[in-house]
Amino acid sequence: MRHIISVLMENEPGALSRVVGLFSQRNFNIESLTVAPTDDSTLSRMTVMTTGDERVIEQITKQLNKLIDVVKVVDLSEGDHIERELMMIKFKANGQMRAEIKRTADIFRGQIIDITPNTYTVQLVGSSDKLDAFIASLGNASIMEVVRSGVSGIARGEKVLTI
Amino acid sequence: MELLSGAEMVVRALRDEGVKYIYGYPGGALLHVYDALFQQDEVEHILVRHEQAATHMADAYARATNKPGVALVTSGPGATNAITGIATAYMDSIPMIVITGQVMSFLIGEDAFQETDMLGISRPIVKHNFSVTRAEDIPSIIKKAFYIAQTGRPGPVVIDIPKDMTTPTERFPYEYPKSVKLRSYNPVTKGHSGQIRKAVDMLLAAKRPMIYTGGGIIMGDASAELTEFAHLLKYPVTNTIMGLGGFPGTDPQYVGWLGMHGSYESNMAMHHSDLILAIGARFDDRVTNAVDKFCPTARIIHVDIDPASISKTVQADVPIVGPAKAVLEEMIQLVKESKKRPDQDALDAWWKQIDEWRGRHGGRYRTDDSEMMKPQQVIEMLSKVTNGNAYVCSDVGQHQMFAAQYYKFNKPNRWINSGGLGTMGFGLPAAMGIKLNFPESDVVCVTGEGSIQMNIQELSTCKQYDIPVVIVCLNNQSLGMVRQWQDMNYESRHSQSYMNSLPDFIKLVESYGHVGMKVTKYSELEGAMREAFAMKDRLVFMDIYVDPFEHVYPMQVPRGSMRDMWLSKTERT
Repeated sequence: MRHIISVLMENEPGALSRVVGLFSQRNFNIESLTVAPTDDSTLSRMTVMTTGDERVIEQITKQLNKLIDVVKVVDLSEGDHIERELMMIKFKANGQMRAEIKRTADIFRGQIIDITPNTYTVQLVGSSDKLDAFIASLGNASIMEVVRSGVSGIARGEKVLTI
Repeated sequence: MELLSGAEMVVRALRDEGVKYIYGYPGGALLHVYDALFQQDEVEHILVRHEQAATHMADAYARATNKPGVALVTSGPGATNAITGIATAYMDSIPMIVITGQVMSFLIGEDAFQETDMLGISRPIVKHNFSVTRAEDIPSIIKKAFYIAQTGRPGPVVIDIPKDMTTPTERFPYEYPKSVKLRSYNPVTKGHSGQIRKAVDMLLAAKRPMIYTGGGIIMGDASAELTEFAHLLKYPVTNTIMGLGGFPGTDPQYVGWLGMHGSYESNMAMHHSDLILAIGARFDDRVTNAVDKFCPTARIIHVDIDPASISKTVQADVPIVGPAKAVLEEMIQLVKESKKRPDQDALDAWWKQIDEWRGRHGGRYRTDDSEMMKPQQVIEMLSKVTNGNAYVCSDVGQHQMFAAQYYKFNKPNRWINSGGLGTMGFGLPAAMGIKLNFPESDVVCVTGEGSIQMNIQELSTCKQYDIPVVIVCLNNQSLGMVRQWQDMNYESRHSQSYMNSLPDFIKLVESYGHVGMKVTKYSELEGAMREAFAMKDRLVFMDIYVDPFEHVYPMQVPRGSMRDMWLSKTERT
């Protein structure tokens, strides 16, 4: 099962390596990982997308909680939540393909954020599935480069992850 | 407020933590700290001959006292040499502080001389580590390190200090913090009362109960509570090799330790029990054998201070996160208050069954078919000569298993071994760390001719500081445990397990100014051993020749259940 785990941790040097190291040390999967400081500059928030059965996920949250730099851990997948991922994708865009890419990007509510005579760069935000679908729908277009942010998530409603 | 340099603050903070001895080895990155050490006499430094020994000495002090030991090593090779000792402490949840020198902060990352990324290297084997980036933070970092190391589930903490954080001319006001609070670290101090109540109800209703305890009883200072609780219920007690001494080894309710080389009766009782109360133990693979065949009829109550240890390998029916001592105190109270009592008929039948298992094996070994002394006999003699009161510091291998099986530990903190990591070379420095702190006690290193050579250079440290430990070397001229596995699984192809170039240990120890004794006959053993322990002010190395063909039994059959064991070279359950 796919899980999105949010981690609030001290914004200290080395904190990220502790989390990443834990995952490799204990043979846990990381599908994607994002991290950035929060509105409180002493805290970073990390979102890890991982897979595993119930026992593995339980171990992941417990082991994360054990790290001294980790303040709080929440498995967002346990409740209603919103997840988003940002993708920037650069296409070789000549002739007919220019219109095709533009049309598809519109359908997916993407934006063209950079243009040259031969390329389009499209920005798309959404769930990971949506980004996958966008890439699949332009299968015949020549993708030059893809960069994805990894998943970020937040709980729906009044639930918050703060200290 | 007094102004101190970073180096002086390191030493002062250790003093303020009540540290008497630190174990270490100097080097470039630590010269300022060593100079500060030289100019005071409250914290005494013990100079080892290899940094691994410094960590084992600090570790053993912690195992005997439950207080963190402190090691001090320089950057680069000093730090990497300490790694094995840090991993040893980590695997057994031992509180320890390791202060490592580091190159000047502006050189970090430039592959400077004797630079190594100690934070990175130590990360997977520490409870936490710190890097000092401002000298004035040294007191608070040391305070946090001690707090983290000894609270919750204990563990080693590394403090990496770049040389320029200790510059003698840069001085800062020194005040050692009285307390410490970390928003991200709040170890539990008691268990969930509802869960404890539920556990006690289940315990009182059990028909074939087992109490299975581990190192958490020792490090959690819960031996008295465990003993009271077990006596209250009259339930059988087993423990892991880390938990030896947590319950008196001569108590009739004690059924021996469990697992791969545990007693026949404890493994049988575990397999057939209907309720297991696990306290401060972690169901590791040397205990459970194949997890899917583990104790098929038992429900499990698991008490541990570390939530991550619960349901990690074996699913707990009633998880209780909390310190062993507090949880046991609450359990004792509840049992005393409860009107319910254990089902006496069921318990009698259970004890009858356990006693029958005891009678069937009961730790026997062969003594009749060989002229050679049996290693088991040596340990039994050791137990007799020291009245079960010595600190027994073991190395790793067959001798470790024999020591655990045949020495009767009646007190906690007396069995000092590398249970989790299985570090050969642990025994001698461990014995040194304890003897130094407990000069009046008998301290013995039980070792083999393989293990002892992994840190034998420390005989020199013993000479420098007059550390009169007794070394009992079960010399079977081979790496016994490797050889046993090769006998059992590789048709006796003894690949690299034979030591055909042993030194003359007697001459070797004599060259360091110590006493050597060679014992080859059982008839001479008791006299020699008594003589060795009577020489209170001399290190005695007893080179005891034992049967090289002896195996450790019982031994669980790989991938079997708890009850699947070899009982001798020819008998299987």
